[in-house]
Amino acid sequence: MSALDDLRLVETEMAKCMKCGNCQAVCPLYKETLREAAVARGKVQLAYSYLKGEIPATQGLAEKLLFCLTCMACVANCPSGVQVDAVVLAARAALVREKGLPWLKNVIFQGLKRPWLFDLALRTGRHLQFLALRYQPELGRCHPRFPIGLELRRVLPPLAKRTLKEEFPEVVRPAHPRLRVAFFTGCLENYIYTDIGRSIINVLVANQVEVVIPKDQHCCGIPTLVHGDVHTAREMAASNLVIFQGYQYDYLVAACATCGEAWKHYYPQLLDATPSWQAAEAVAAKARDINELLLEIAYRPPAGNLPWKVTYHDPCHLVRGQGVSQQPRAILKSIPGLELAEMKNADRCCGSAGSFSLTNYDMSMRVQAHKVAAIRATGAEAVVTSCPACRMQLEDGLAQAGLGPRVLHVAQVLDQAYAAQDKAAAGWSAAS
Amino acid sequence: MKELEAILGRERLITEPEERWCYAFDAAAAQPKHLPVAVALPQSTQEVADIMRLATQHRVPVYPRGAGTNLSGGVIPREDGLVVSLVKMNQILELDAENLTATVQPGVVIQDLNDAVALHGLLYPPDPGSVTTATMGGSVAESSGGLRGLKYGVTKDYVMGLEVVLADGTVFSCGGKTVKNVSGYDLVKLFCGSEGTLGIITAITVRLIPAPEARRSMLAVFDRLEDAAHTITGIIGNKVIPATMEIMDNKTIRMVEEYCHAGLPVQAAAILLLEVDGIASVVEKEAAVVEQVCRENHGHIQVARDDAERDNLWTARRAALPACARLRPTTVLEDATVPRSKVPEMLMALQEIADKYNLVMATYGHAGDGNLHPTIACDERNPEEMERVSKAVDEIFRTAIKLGGTLSGEHGIGLAKERYMPLQFGESGVEVMRRIKQALDPLGLLNPGKLISMNPPGGGQQ
Ligand SMILES: Cc1cc2nc3c(=O)[nH]c(=O)nc-3n(C[C@H](O)[C@H](O)[C@H](O)COP(=O)(O)OP(=O)(O)OC[C@H]3O[C@@H](n4cnc5c(N)ncnc54)[C@H](O)[C@@H]3O)c2cc1C
Ligand code: SF4
Ligand code: SF4
Repeated sequence: MSALDDLRLVETEMAKCMKCGNCQAVCPLYKETLREAAVARGKVQLAYSYLKGEIPATQGLAEKLLFCLTCMACVANCPSGVQVDAVVLAARAALVREKGLPWLKNVIFQGLKRPWLFDLALRTGRHLQFLALRYQPELGRCHPRFPIGLELRRVLPPLAKRTLKEEFPEVVRPAHPRLRVAFFTGCLENYIYTDIGRSIINVLVANQVEVVIPKDQHCCGIPTLVHGDVHTAREMAASNLVIFQGYQYDYLVAACATCGEAWKHYYPQLLDATPSWQAAEAVAAKARDINELLLEIAYRPPAGNLPWKVTYHDPCHLVRGQGVSQQPRAILKSIPGLELAEMKNADRCCGSAGSFSLTNYDMSMRVQAHKVAAIRATGAEAVVTSCPACRMQLEDGLAQAGLGPRVLHVAQVLDQAYAAQDKAAAGWSAAS
Repeated sequence: MKELEAILGRERLITEPEERWCYAFDAAAAQPKHLPVAVALPQSTQEVADIMRLATQHRVPVYPRGAGTNLSGGVIPREDGLVVSLVKMNQILELDAENLTATVQPGVVIQDLNDAVALHGLLYPPDPGSVTTATMGGSVAESSGGLRGLKYGVTKDYVMGLEVVLADGTVFSCGGKTVKNVSGYDLVKLFCGSEGTLGIITAITVRLIPAPEARRSMLAVFDRLEDAAHTITGIIGNKVIPATMEIMDNKTIRMVEEYCHAGLPVQAAAILLLEVDGIASVVEKEAAVVEQVCRENHGHIQVARDDAERDNLWTARRAALPACARLRPTTVLEDATVPRSKVPEMLMALQEIADKYNLVMATYGHAGDGNLHPTIACDERNPEEMERVSKAVDEIFRTAIKLGGTLSGEHGIGLAKERYMPLQFGESGVEVMRRIKQALDPLGLLNPGKLISMNPPGGGQQ
């Protein structure tokens, strides 16, 4: 048991809530619904009442507690410092323990739990996806053909033809490595956005960093955690930990906000009552978001020119979860020619929140509409972010709104800047 | 319920038990909870009127609710009844920059109004600490105040006109846009601070003022509480009315400093945060007077040199409540107010009360207008401690009244202070209020149990 699945351990968090309502000002879901049950205060009080036995574990209660982006905007704004996300997760877990998971989720998570099965399913999916997804060349993306639990309107990226792990050897070594980094690819970068993964590797190698991509690594497990299946999440954490313990490295790097937080914060909590706890803490101390890492190792600022106007979107679990927001901006600003136009409320949730966007598509799009409007107002030609899940949501939102800006990871932009530099250098040497 | 659904549709009528739980509380600490039968979210005056007609027909108590940020249990149901949440009536109906007025629906958040008028170089002065969430309807019903109260007054000083739905569904308007308006009874003022017990406010016209062109913020540090107190009276005695004059006692300073490292002097017995605003040359002159008076009273004064320093000061002040809140799980924030000259006496008395009941109490507040917020950090889960809290609170109010003060400077009476009303108004005073209530809401359907009890001593009707 840990704070993540024992509601009693977060009782103090709940008792701390003054019910002041300050969270109303920042909660994206309250903004849309104007209902008390949607805002942190409501959810904390519900969880508290449930713990005190004042209300039973019902479907309705579960739905209220699932209706949260865990974006932590409330946490950042809470005078009492209530860890609302921890309360929500612990309450979900308590409900799952009491009531069990709905069978559908159970099936999905069983799949996730067996990495080979998940891997197989997704690799098979890649070949069969044309059956289910209609490729739209003008968008470079697909629409689902059938209501396979996904919204028909939703614009999804296709699965990559080759996974990142298939594309690269397990170790990518530059000529004179000064460091060795283990790369946690996460699902999205391995199966879908391999372009992000490729850029991460390029950028690291360009900075003389050796990259290890442990081949057995699998999903971080946080999707199961946010649905209250702490048991599965714990197993996945333990398994990933064992896998990474098999390698030597100076840092563990993640380029997904959630994966990064998993290693830094969730794994030590998930494993805190097990013998692996210390190991989890040790890896947590080495875990870095890619932006953080680049600054820490004094990355090489690119000399090439990238005459783009971009805007930056802060992923919730990076800006509030890990306190990383200056670093990506610093990297972008170090690129010659690049103009960074800040959008309004850059740190406001894009509405993705993992599977929230699958289960509450309409609400997620309403939350996203504010983001899209803010992006539009900047006139940027590209939106840069640091999380593939945000990228997916933003691509969808921008496409639905008929807007053009591309969505890129910071690493992709830096990668292109290095490439532009090389091209310029090549052009110069060719001319001379 | 069917009839309610016919008025609102399924979407805006909450009947699910889990969701109703979320309307069984507000920001008041240590208050009882009672589940409402349903929660209605009307979107128009017509819908509110229809709801009230229905409520009258079926004799159902109605609890109007804004953002639920009041600190006196004002929106907590006391018996089975209907909560009417007005947050979906959130349109700014008119912004009249020529007449310096704005007309809004009750669910407009105060900050949203301020943002809208700021575009015209205007200001809506009332700014309770909850300004980013509290609604206009709730703030009129509480007549809330805030940091600028000393110079600019409280909400009721800005309300010019209201549209109200009475208990039986009658819709009427009072007041208007004219600066002068003295016809008849002042019904506008009657509804300001009525805490949802006389009618449901469905539209509000407020007065705006031109935003001050300049301001200066200062921090004055004192070794003795008395010196701080004399500075307060001294400044006003010298005919300067700062926009803000906030006091923090040593306990608050220490807690704030620990919480946000604003660079406050932790050794000081008290600090005053002062701000003068207005026309640049006047600000200059007034700031000089303030500095002078502070020095005469052995205060060390620092002037904020730029916006960053000013922000830092105000962040420190706004952190007072959060800092206390982080100390212990439960925060009981009181609102006792005394005449300005009695501030030193009240501060001393508060210190004694805290010691007597062995409680952690920090005091800060709007010293310039005598409005203090003794804040007790405790734990709701400890009945023995809460018993002491309750006794201390009792004594705080008795002391305030004894010093010629009032039960509430800005937070209202609600559930929490209803029993002290006779202390301030005497039986006859409470009786007058009862008659007004009786006349407008004969069935006692609007927010029953709040503000005044309908049971006169010795029995009577409910
Ligand atoms: C952190 C914090 C700081 C605060 N700081 C201050 C401060 O500095 N100064 C201050 O004065 N107050 C302060 N308050 C108290 C509170 O925020 C204010 O009284 C606020 O104006 C209440 O607005 P609300 O929309 O939340 O109303 P609610 O709490 O929802 O309701 C308040 C009362 O108004 C009634 N009501 C609500 N809407 C209507 C309507 N349309 N028609 C009729 N009756 C209605 C309710 O029945 C209830 O009795 C603070 C509260 C908090 C939590
Ligand atoms: S801001 Fe924090 S203390 Fe206030 S109601 Fe929300 S969760 Fe509770
Ligand atoms: S985590 Fe985000 S969505 Fe959830 S209550 Fe807090 S602000 Fe709202």
